[in-house]
Amino acid sequence: MIKIAIIGFGTVGQGVAELLARKREEIEKRIGKFKVVAIADLTGSISGDFKLEDAIESRKQGKLPEQRSAMEVAEQEDYDVMIEVTTTRLDESGIVYMKTALNKGASVITSNKSIAIALPELLKMAEKKNAKLLYEATVGGAMPVIKLLNSYLALCEIQRINGILNGTCNYILTRMEEEGLPYSQVLKEAQEMGIAESNPTADVEGIDAGIKLVILANTIGIPAKFEDVEREGITKITPHAFKVAMQKGFTIRLIAEASRRKLRVSPRLVKINSPLAIKGTLNALLINTDTAGEIFVAGRGAGKFETASAILSDLYELFRSSGSR
Amino acid sequence: MNESELFTLVVELEDKPGQLLRVLEPIAKNGGNIVGIVHQRGKRTPLNRVPVEISFTADSKRAEKIFRELESFVVVRSFGKIKSSTISLLLIGHVVHTDLSDTIKRIDNEDAECVELNMKMPELDQPSTAILTISAKSDEALEKAVERVRDICKEKGILVVEPVDVI
Repeated sequence: MIKIAIIGFGTVGQGVAELLARKREEIEKRIGKFKVVAIADLTGSISGDFKLEDAIESRKQGKLPEQRSAMEVAEQEDYDVMIEVTTTRLDESGIVYMKTALNKGASVITSNKSIAIALPELLKMAEKKNAKLLYEATVGGAMPVIKLLNSYLALCEIQRINGILNGTCNYILTRMEEEGLPYSQVLKEAQEMGIAESNPTADVEGIDAGIKLVILANTIGIPAKFEDVEREGITKITPHAFKVAMQKGFTIRLIAEASRRKLRVSPRLVKINSPLAIKGTLNALLINTDTAGEIFVAGRGAGKFETASAILSDLYELFRSSGSR
Repeated sequence: MNESELFTLVVELEDKPGQLLRVLEPIAKNGGNIVGIVHQRGKRTPLNRVPVEISFTADSKRAEKIFRELESFVVVRSFGKIKSSTISLLLIGHVVHTDLSDTIKRIDNEDAECVELNMKMPELDQPSTAILTISAKSDEALEKAVERVRDICKEKGILVVEPVDVI
């Protein structure tokens, strides 16, 4: 029996719980029997024998029923894997839960981009305790990139990656390109649609993409920190820029690029027939390798079930040898 | 190490036997490798000469020597390296008010030069947009030219949007 603890029970945590309940049969066929032994977040916790549906319901009503804090649950419960899905704050707040789990020898699956500030340390810790740290959900949402780089392309030299890692920016640029509207107007539209946050800085200044780039860089063996990323956002892009670029067959996208020489997030010219000229809120990653040539993936970069599906893929990765097929 | 580069020259030849051979000899003698000859018969000059375009590879030093020798006995209309690498960069900002000709002058050198510029200037005091094409004789020279653009534009507060995956 695989024992799972979920730390963080907001949108992503609830999405994971919903999928675990809804797809239990399929999941158990693949990885064997599992039980969620505890769920905890800032509102409280739930543990022992409970139904996932009830946990979701009580959280929707306001809070989880028990008083134990997330930290107490992380320390006291007996679990094989912690699904850490607290909010990205780029500080130690989520990382302390992960460290607690790893120290106990439990594996960690996370969607928390805060690992960008501690990835090498956490991976070393996991290795020492014979546990695993899996973080597919931190970059590109549902799009499989971390395991692609780590497993399938493990024996390739990754020469360069170019990614569209922020759906908000890609949506804004696509609308500017298609409608010839100024940045400020499209931003307002995106905010009204819930695609951009009321404080859009982290997205439009390339901070979010930069954090994801740091995670990708560390994944392919470039020991990078956020300060190493040269960064320029999309706020200076004008509708005219698209018209002028089009004269040479280009459009403009916010590209996160990593190579041994350089880490940067900046608006770039992309040929209109390039796969990177992807539209709307989609994410994409173009990987240049020595022996496998170019590999391209695209998909939905955010969303409750998209992120939860990436977490399930890590769960499968962790326990796939234990299933019945 | 002297790297071989591609050169092209146009000479004016009298329309009589043996003229082409006279021109090719100094190229061959100096180790140039001829890769193409085009007679431009339709462009005959008032003196009844025929322009002939010759392309050859050689290192810079030998090419210079070939040029000097040819110049001594035949009209050389043009002579130069073929610029093989190009890149287009988008510039957003006060491109004109920050002295465009100074910008271009500082980008150009003997290995790379700006060959095309298209601009849009929306309104007074609003940032304009230009797409600038640079040609260079090699990828390295092109990369250096792009670095110059980055430096100059940083200094002048212009945003440079570079293409993905060219260099």
